This record gives sequence, structure tokens and C-alpha cells, in this order.
Amino acid sequence: MSTSLQTVTDIVAAPGAGQAALLQALLAVQDASPENYVSEEAVNEIAHLLGISRSRVYSTASFYSVISLKPRGRHIVRICINAPCENAGKQAVLAALEQELGVGLGGTTPDGRFTLEGVSCLGACYMSPAIKIDKQLYGDLTAEAAVAVIRRYREEENIGHTA
Amino acid sequence: MGTQLDNAKSVFRLGLFREFPTLMHYRDFGGYQALAKALLGSPGAVIGEIGAAGLRGRGGAAFPAAAKLQMVRDNPPGERYVICNADEGEPGTFKDRFIMTHIPFQLLEGMTIAAYAVAAAQGFIYIRHEYPEAQETMRRAIAAARAAGLLGSDILGSGFSFDIEIFSGAGSYLCGEETALLSSIEGKKGRPRLKPPYPTQSGLWGKPTLINNVETLANIPPIVGRGADWYRALGTADSHGTKLISLSGDVASRGLYEVPFGTTFREIIDNYGGGIKQGRLKAVNIGGASGVVVPPWELDCPLEYSACSQRGITIGSGAVFVMDDSRSILENVRNRVDFFLHESCGKCTPCREGLRQAGRIIHNLLDGAATLADIDNLERYTRTMQNAAFCGLGQAAGNSLSSSLKYFRGEYEALCRDRDQAAPKEATA
Ligand code: SF4
Ligand code: FES
Repeated sequence: MSTSLQTVTDIVAAPGAGQAALLQALLAVQDASPENYVSEEAVNEIAHLLGISRSRVYSTASFYSVISLKPRGRHIVRICINAPCENAGKQAVLAALEQELGVGLGGTTPDGRFTLEGVSCLGACYMSPAIKIDKQLYGDLTAEAAVAVIRRYREEENIGHTA
Repeated sequence: MGTQLDNAKSVFRLGLFREFPTLMHYRDFGGYQALAKALLGSPGAVIGEIGAAGLRGRGGAAFPAAAKLQMVRDNPPGERYVICNADEGEPGTFKDRFIMTHIPFQLLEGMTIAAYAVAAAQGFIYIRHEYPEAQETMRRAIAAARAAGLLGSDILGSGFSFDIEIFSGAGSYLCGEETALLSSIEGKKGRPRLKPPYPTQSGLWGKPTLINNVETLANIPPIVGRGADWYRALGTADSHGTKLISLSGDVASRGLYEVPFGTTFREIIDNYGGGIKQGRLKAVNIGGASGVVVPPWELDCPLEYSACSQRGITIGSGAVFVMDDSRSILENVRNRVDFFLHESCGKCTPCREGLRQAGRIIHNLLDGAATLADIDNLERYTRTMQNAAFCGLGQAAGNSLSSSLKYFRGEYEALCRDRDQAAPKEATA
């Protein structure tokens, strides 16, 4: 938590930040949170630092679909749900992801590793169907390829833990 | 990626910038010469050149770029802002992402020239959250431009100062609407505001603000550098220059293509996209989710503002999404209605309720639970949305509904329980 509060302070203190800082502060706090969300504590801190009401912060936070007020997994798996990806086989990829992760859209795996979400066009329709895991884009996916990607994330994390 | 325009006839020269875009590379190919030229002349000369080139906004509204620059310039002296709208949310569109990740300096140069023209000292690039790689590349490009004296104070020793900051969106399609985008930067919900006043007079923090799409701004350096005459020679008498087309769907080669105005949609699909991948062409969606769905016989229409508007085709962001004959029109329309339903801010009734009703009818149709009377109702809701919605989102949401009802009514009727009572089909086209 202290790292993300530091981030809030930095953003608010940035030259020329002013009120424009609210949405950027929310995003940075969320990015810095291992659970990918903006906690109540962080909302209070942002409100305090920007000198605005908590309800203002909540109202902005709840409007934007990227901002989560509830804890999520360490990795956010986003699958594009728009027509070009839909036509290119999104349904099969989604079904495979749901099965592999054991959760539906909006769900977080019990081990807290992954949250699965639907997202609008990733600007990757030249390689539909596409998904994004955190900041990394994967295109031209099949059900098998999508599962392989998830398994690679799991393996890498496991290696990281034992090392 | 398929056909490339000759560099001499290209605004974007995408073939030159395949690798990681460095400032040195960009300058080696003439980058920043336009800015140097602009700074030696007057702001009025810049606006004059852009006006002579006939550049129109590439975000969808096609508003004359020089007129907008002039409106911002004409305000009483004081603070002004330049905002680059990089909230490319129109499904099926990836041109702005491409510009940012491949030719970021051309965008920065264009913004800087625009800022000089309107006397702005601060700029923002509003990049959607879904494009972290574009945010990253643009951040690095801004740092490199600053270090080289191409951004910041006293640019190229001209006395003109201008700096740019990146602002990240947070997953709202509606923020692509310019007044919603302003609210978003100001830290509010990204809801549209009533116009007038227009942002050109009262924009960010109430100050005059120039808001342009990525592609529009990236057009400026070649226009100023190579001149209006060169630029006008690229397109047709009606529409000058080139357009970036995001081609997706059932074609052999999906991808981003720079296409001179005047090229027909059929040529885009066949010559650039290598034709249909398999089966036969059934329908093409032009302009993304807010665009239209047209049948093959409309594809001889040239990519040109007047020709397209005469036929009710919205060029929009330049998304061309191709469907072969294995695709269901209704499934695709459902996908769009669901999309808009999700993105609608709920502020006005025609959009909020119209979409809810439209969604219900389309889902019923696909479940075999609708009647012919529902199609008539759907048409009514569509018209109301197009005419009475508060902002562009609601108005545009009706486009794929109305165009699909116009061209593919038979597919709607075939799904009705009482389809036998449909009026005998007259030959269309
Ligand atoms: S048209 Fe839709 S998105 Fe626009 S203001 Fe009305 S409800 Fe909101
Ligand atoms: S529609 Fe899925 S990436 Fe564009």
C-alpha cells in the first residue's frame, strides 16, 4: 500500500498536475496495487491530497470501466468482444480461457493470479481474435494457443516463486 | 503488409518506419523540417497552407482543419490548449495506434506546428488505456524531442515554447467524444457537454482548445513540409490527400493501408486486402461500430467525402470490416447494439431506452421470439435515436441498425415467427 500512496503523492505533486491528476492518480494507484484495484484507503488518500470530496473520487472511479474498486487478480486477462474478433473466433477462445481459468467473465481465480475480463477493441483487429494480458498483446489466437499462453504465465510465476 | 504507396505519394511512409522509431531515423528522412519551416513563417501562413491543402478532420467528423485552427487562433489573447484525441475506440480501427507506435515523431511534429498556429503552450495526448504500448512509445518520443530542443521552451531557437503531456483514458468509448474527453481530463465522469460553447472557444478548463484526431495532426508536417499543391495532387478534386484504412475481417490480408482518396471500396478489398479469403463477399461494415453495413453492390463507391455521404456511407475512422457469406448480419448487429448499450452513459432517454429496446428486439429475433411488428418498432426506435440522441454516440448507434434494415431486411424477416406474412419481396438494388 505504501508504494501506491507514494505514487499518489508523486502524481499530485507533479508540475502542472492540478485537478487533471484525479483520473491519472486512480490509474497509477491501481497499477501499483498487487491486487489491481483502488482500495478505500487509497480513495481517502487521493481525496485528501487533491482536496476534493471522497464522493467526487468515487463518482469518477465508478464511471470508468478500467478502474476497479474491488480486488482483482495479479494478471488481468482481457478478451476483445467486438465484431471483428467475434467473427474471427472469439467465442472458442473465450470458452477455452474460461475452462482453463475456471472462472467466467469478471471472475478472479481462487489463487488470485488471474482476472478474466471482456474489453472493447484492442486495436489489433488485423490479428483477431486478440487478447491482452496486462500490457502484452496476443493475436491470431486459437483455443489451444490461448491456453498455452496462460500456462506459460503460470509456469513463469512458479519458477519465480521457487527461485 | 500488402500494397504500399510510393513514398513520394505517401503522407505516412509507413514502409520506412517499420523498426523502432527513433528521432534520428525520423530526421534522416526529413522529419522536423516542416516545423523549422513553420517557425520561420507566420502562424497565419501555416493555417493558410493547411487550408489550401483542404485537410479535413480524420476522426470521423471531417471538419475542415484550417477553419478549426483559425477559430482557436481568433480568441482574445490568453491561455490555449492543443489536445490530440488518441482515444481510438471505434471497434475495427487501429490506425492511430499504428501512427503512435511507428511514427510518433510525426504526430509530435504535427501537434507542435498546430500549437504554433494557435499560440498554445501546452498540449495533451489523450491515449486510451487499452494502448499501453502506444503510451509508452509516445512518452519516450516526447522525452527524446525535449532533449533535442524540439519540445519545451524556445523550440529550435525560435522563442516559441510548447510542451506535451500524456493523459491515459480509462476504458470509456464515450471519451472519444471531444467534450466528454475534456471532462475526463478535468477529472470528471467522461460525459458529453452541451455545445455551444464549442471547445474552440471554451474547452479545457474553459480555455480555447484545439482538439484533433491523431491522423489529422500527423497529416500536418507533410502538408507544411511538401506544400499544399503536392498534397492536393494525392486525392481527388473533392477529397485531398490519403486516408488510413484499417482493414479487418474475411479478407486475405488484413492490415493498415494508406489509400489515396478516390480509391473504391472494392479496390481496397481486392487490391489492398487481396480479396475475400474464402466463400463470397456478403457485407462490409464501413466506419466501425458507429458506421454502416452495406452489400457488395455499394462497393464501387469511391472513398471520397461527397460520394460517400450521397450514398449514406460514413467514412468515419476508416475502418473497413469485411464479412463473407457464412456470416449472420443479425449476429453482427447484435454485437454492435450490445457494445453501444454497454458504452452509453445513460444521460438521455432516446439513447438509453432506444438501445435497450433495440437490444431486446434483436435478441428476441435471434431467439425466434419476434414478429414482423417488432421490426417496424425497431425502425422507429432507430429513427428516434438517430434524430434525438444528445450526442454522437446515440446518433451513430442507429447507423448499423438502419443500414442493415435497409439492405438486409430479408434476414430480419426470415427470423420472425410470422415471416409468412411478410410483404412479397421486391427486387432490391
Ligand atoms: S446519446 Fe447516449 S452516450 Fe450520448 S449523452 Fe445520450 S445517453 Fe449518453
Ligand atoms: S475488434 Fe478485437 S482487436 Fe479490434
